[in-house]
Amino acid sequence: MIDPVTLAVIQAALQQICDEMDLTFSRAAFSPVIAEANDRSDGIYSATDGSLIAQGSKGLPVFVGVMQFSTRTILERIAAGLTAAPEPGDIYIVNDPYLGGTHLMDVRFAMPVWRDGRIYCWLSNTGHWPDTGGAVPGGFSASAISSEQEGLRIPPVKLFKKGELDQEIYQIICSNIRVSEQRIGDVKAQASALLVGAERLGLVLDRYGDATVTEAIAEMRKLAARQMRAMIGLIPDGTYLSWAIVDSDGVVNEPLTIALAVTKGAGDLTFDFAGSSTPCMGPMNSVRATTLSAVYLAMRHIFPDVPISAGAFEPLAVTGIEGTFLDAQYPRPVSGCAAEVSQRIAEAVFAALVQAVPDRVTAAPAGTSGNFGLGGHDPERGRDYVMYQISGGGYGGFAEGDGISNGCSTIGISKAPPVEIMEQTYPVLYRRYALHEGSGGAGQHRGGFGLDYEIELLRGEARASFVMDHGRVGPQGALGGQDGAVNRVEVIRDGVTLVPEHLSKAQDIALKPGDRVRVRTPGGGGYGPPAARDPALVAEDVRLGRYSPADAARLWPDH
Amino acid sequence: MTGLVAGVDVGGTFTDLVIFDPATGAVRLAKVPTTLPNQSGGVLNAFAEAEADLSSIDLIVHGTTTTTNAVLERQLSKTGLITTMGFRDVLELGRRTRPQAYGMKGHFVPVIPRDLRLEVPERMDARGRVLTPLDEAALRKAVTELRDAGCEALVIHFLHAYANPAHEVRAGEIAKGIWPNAYITLGHKLLSEAREYERGVTAAVNASVQPLLERYVVRLADQLAEKGYARDLLVMNGNGGMISAKDVAKEAVKTVMSGPASGVMAAVATGRRAGMPNLLTYDMGGTSTDVAMIKGGVAPVSNEIEVEYAMPIHVPMVDVRTVGAGGGSIARIDAGGMLRVGPESAGSTPGPVCYGRGGTRVTISDANLILGRLPASRFGQAAEAAFSAMQAQIAAPLDLSVEAAAEAVIRIANTHMAGAIRMVSISMGADPRDFALFAFGGAGPLHAVALAKELNVPKVLIPARPGITNALGCVLADLRHDFVRTLNRPLDAADFAHVHRVLAEQEAEGRRLIGHEKIALTSVRTEVSADMQFVGQTHLLRVQLPSATPDREQLQRLFEAAYRTRFRVDLPTIRANLVNLNVSVIGERPALDLSRLIDPKGRLDKAEPASHRKVWFESWHETPVYWRDHLPLEIDLKGPVIIEQMDTTVVVDPGARVTSDGEGNLIVEVAA
Repeated sequence: MIDPVTLAVIQAALQQICDEMDLTFSRAAFSPVIAEANDRSDGIYSATDGSLIAQGSKGLPVFVGVMQFSTRTILERIAAGLTAAPEPGDIYIVNDPYLGGTHLMDVRFAMPVWRDGRIYCWLSNTGHWPDTGGAVPGGFSASAISSEQEGLRIPPVKLFKKGELDQEIYQIICSNIRVSEQRIGDVKAQASALLVGAERLGLVLDRYGDATVTEAIAEMRKLAARQMRAMIGLIPDGTYLSWAIVDSDGVVNEPLTIALAVTKGAGDLTFDFAGSSTPCMGPMNSVRATTLSAVYLAMRHIFPDVPISAGAFEPLAVTGIEGTFLDAQYPRPVSGCAAEVSQRIAEAVFAALVQAVPDRVTAAPAGTSGNFGLGGHDPERGRDYVMYQISGGGYGGFAEGDGISNGCSTIGISKAPPVEIMEQTYPVLYRRYALHEGSGGAGQHRGGFGLDYEIELLRGEARASFVMDHGRVGPQGALGGQDGAVNRVEVIRDGVTLVPEHLSKAQDIALKPGDRVRVRTPGGGGYGPPAARDPALVAEDVRLGRYSPADAARLWPDH
Repeated sequence: MTGLVAGVDVGGTFTDLVIFDPATGAVRLAKVPTTLPNQSGGVLNAFAEAEADLSSIDLIVHGTTTTTNAVLERQLSKTGLITTMGFRDVLELGRRTRPQAYGMKGHFVPVIPRDLRLEVPERMDARGRVLTPLDEAALRKAVTELRDAGCEALVIHFLHAYANPAHEVRAGEIAKGIWPNAYITLGHKLLSEAREYERGVTAAVNASVQPLLERYVVRLADQLAEKGYARDLLVMNGNGGMISAKDVAKEAVKTVMSGPASGVMAAVATGRRAGMPNLLTYDMGGTSTDVAMIKGGVAPVSNEIEVEYAMPIHVPMVDVRTVGAGGGSIARIDAGGMLRVGPESAGSTPGPVCYGRGGTRVTISDANLILGRLPASRFGQAAEAAFSAMQAQIAAPLDLSVEAAAEAVIRIANTHMAGAIRMVSISMGADPRDFALFAFGGAGPLHAVALAKELNVPKVLIPARPGITNALGCVLADLRHDFVRTLNRPLDAADFAHVHRVLAEQEAEGRRLIGHEKIALTSVRTEVSADMQFVGQTHLLRVQLPSATPDREQLQRLFEAAYRTRFRVDLPTIRANLVNLNVSVIGERPALDLSRLIDPKGRLDKAEPASHRKVWFESWHETPVYWRDHLPLEIDLKGPVIIEQMDTTVVVDPGARVTSDGEGNLIVEVAA
């Protein structure tokens, strides 16, 4: 059996390889979504079943576990003769959501690592491309009703053959996406990350021997499973019920429900989503890989010590998603799965487990990516533009303190772009960029505050679109805490204020210069009963203007 | 210059002093406990300990952590902010982040509280055109309000002031008439580039440490004068240069990272003299390890350092990365049964078990003790406790011997540290075989040889006095002024007459400032670089330029070459953007003779072990232990060897070979 020291050293080495792939990908990428927002992830996968061996610690959380599904699909398709068998130097590309993916914009590369003429393992990465074609720039069409409207769907094919970019396939892709001229930079960055990983992995294999590393990988998987079981052991036996609501699918103005029952069994945890809404018409469907990943990432938020690997997922069973909007099939539109539905799934997991392990879990965070897209023509520069303002919100209160204000989405780790950079780049003026006062849910430990911004269009005509959530109900309070404030969107045209029919989702609202958009993002849920809050903290928040005296009196009536 | 030169550095535990006599080459050293919160007590004690006559000293250069501690402990002066209407919460909202990727918890306190952040009507657009004129009456009211609230320092931070500072400048003039002191910071003055959060935090930190830094240096200068010091006191800056105590508070924020910077400057100077211009510096302390990459004898400088979570300080500073692993890092078995080391640390209190200060969890230091790498005699009774803690916490659960468990802890710690060093060096395109590892700090030389092996770095350079490297950095540092100008233009659209003018202006201003200092210099030189990217990218790559008159194609070529080195990618169809032009003007001070840092009088003719002890390297080795101060200048020893000195222990693993140079540096060849 492998000795514990070599095991720990190999684990650290594999982890570093993934972190180095993440770093290389981000720093070389052109797309700001990858370079700045780190909307990418890199990992190492089993050659036999595609299962996850190690994944970069700085990858976008929503990709936890996703690529093992797409890698497995590639292996199955190669075995079935549906995809050409690999040769050294080949890199596959795939973005099909229904073959173990997220939405079309998340493009995966996968490359075998060869040892002595055989495949030792696979390296794969995902990067969010700024555009993959479809009805609207960027791919987030709030009103799409089929996959084709969302963009180009690529099955697993070889983009690089024996180390050379296949110009024919690449040109087909470029002819179907917007701003294609800079994509070559991202493609090379994405491939370069895999090549760096393969080179570093080769050194590790040379040093410790293939057989030893193989043994270490098997042992790592066992230990990760054992560690996750130890964490599950902290959860008292029982079933914990929760729910979460998606405002609407963007097409039909009806709420979608996620119903969750988490059951602690002997050493495992079952997440049963039976009773959740059926697949929807609009793009708020999720695919299986994304749904599982959302459960995994929520668990990792709760137990951050457990390494990301297939072993950690073993004790986690997800059931009851068949026939619901959490396991949508082609051609259901799915652009909202990674950014919004995944966060509602995580919220449901938090809401269930905060009852079970209250010292480890927070009340619900804002949990929306707050995507406000503005597309139009800037006459001063003589060019078209597409602007995205992605926003954070308040996090939930927790056992030791108040929630963080303006944190990024549950599934993200990106930084917000500075107002000054946005104004340099787009014909807009921010009138306000402020704390969403009064938005933190009341509780013993209150929720964090959302963001309150107002943007004025300066020049040219433009169209505004919104893909947000939590417009109907705020992020849930926990253990007697109250919900955080809801997300609010207002469009002010000719001085008249318009609230979108779907509250948090709308597409192509026409704007002209002087028109404004105001968005107030959700506050986090409160934790524990408001009456238990230290009155001095309530007074301090009022003194700092975070709550008006009237709001404070209403939210903390006992103080 | 004939008088004495002194460097005095205040660290977390000790205040170190080194005094050179350039005439005779004589060196005096002192190490005394640091005094807190007022560090000047320790500084004066150090001079007393060295029996120094202050009237005979020509130059004192001081490295202080006054501002570092103030920032990390939030012991800041009460400071008010006046900003553009609608934007007072920028400092509280940050850049929409959380402290760690996983775990939705955390805590964040803005540098300036919300009630002391006021707004006034004024607005520029992104091109610096006035959209709303400055409301001077509102400004007066706001300044008065903050003054009356008891604020000691003031920040004026307007949107797009980097594009047009007129409103900030005017507001500063008005404030000057109302504010009771000179502690007024204008946002664009320190950092003239876009990004309101980073510029605002930089300005806010500057203002809120200004009063205490000024009080501290003024008091210290007075106390030194009382003892006879008649010259200017100089203070180390985070850019690796020094500045007069009279001026240091104006840009107080630049001192926040000065401690690590002086260590890197010492490494640069030592490496140059030793003929090793490419170094990875490795400064391991009790709770953390500082790492930097020196290429071609030039200290790395970055404008984008984050001091802690959501605390960016964007002024040019020596690019030192901190890794959360030190002698106090705790080893444990996780719930899955895997051995882990760190990131939790026992720090210095309670500290490792072997310190006997109440620490109960085994650490890296305990492992070093158990393996015989640290002398048991230094720890007394507590050494026993370290053995039993290692047995119970690590060895028994893994079914290993105590020694094997301790070795495992060291190996895993080294793997993590090597990974961290790799991320800031090899991952950036550096070839480890071109470098030497420069090991200092109390614990650096304990791990350096094994770490170098792990990194494929062929040599380790251990300076004569690893434990006083920062104080040495103070006396070896140069005068230095850094300038950054943002152009942000496609290279093909850049006006090169303008580029040359900007570079020439920056150089002239640097030379003017250096000319004002009354310090002996041997030369003044200029370093020129450009921050570039491919059109469409957001990340920057710094390109060193051979002159201040580059041409267009040369810039594109140099950038493409740097890009290829870093990413192994060629993008021949895409042109570059020219984002920033950087100039550093450096006044080089006369070289000092470092060969007497170890007193030559102690040197023996022949290397004789002072003792032998058993040291574990996969098994016990009877290992000679040398006392460094007794080593002759020329040695050639084969590992395993232990070399002890007052401030550190050097571990030379089996298979390695250690020699020394004429300056008393040890050079370890990792694989002999």
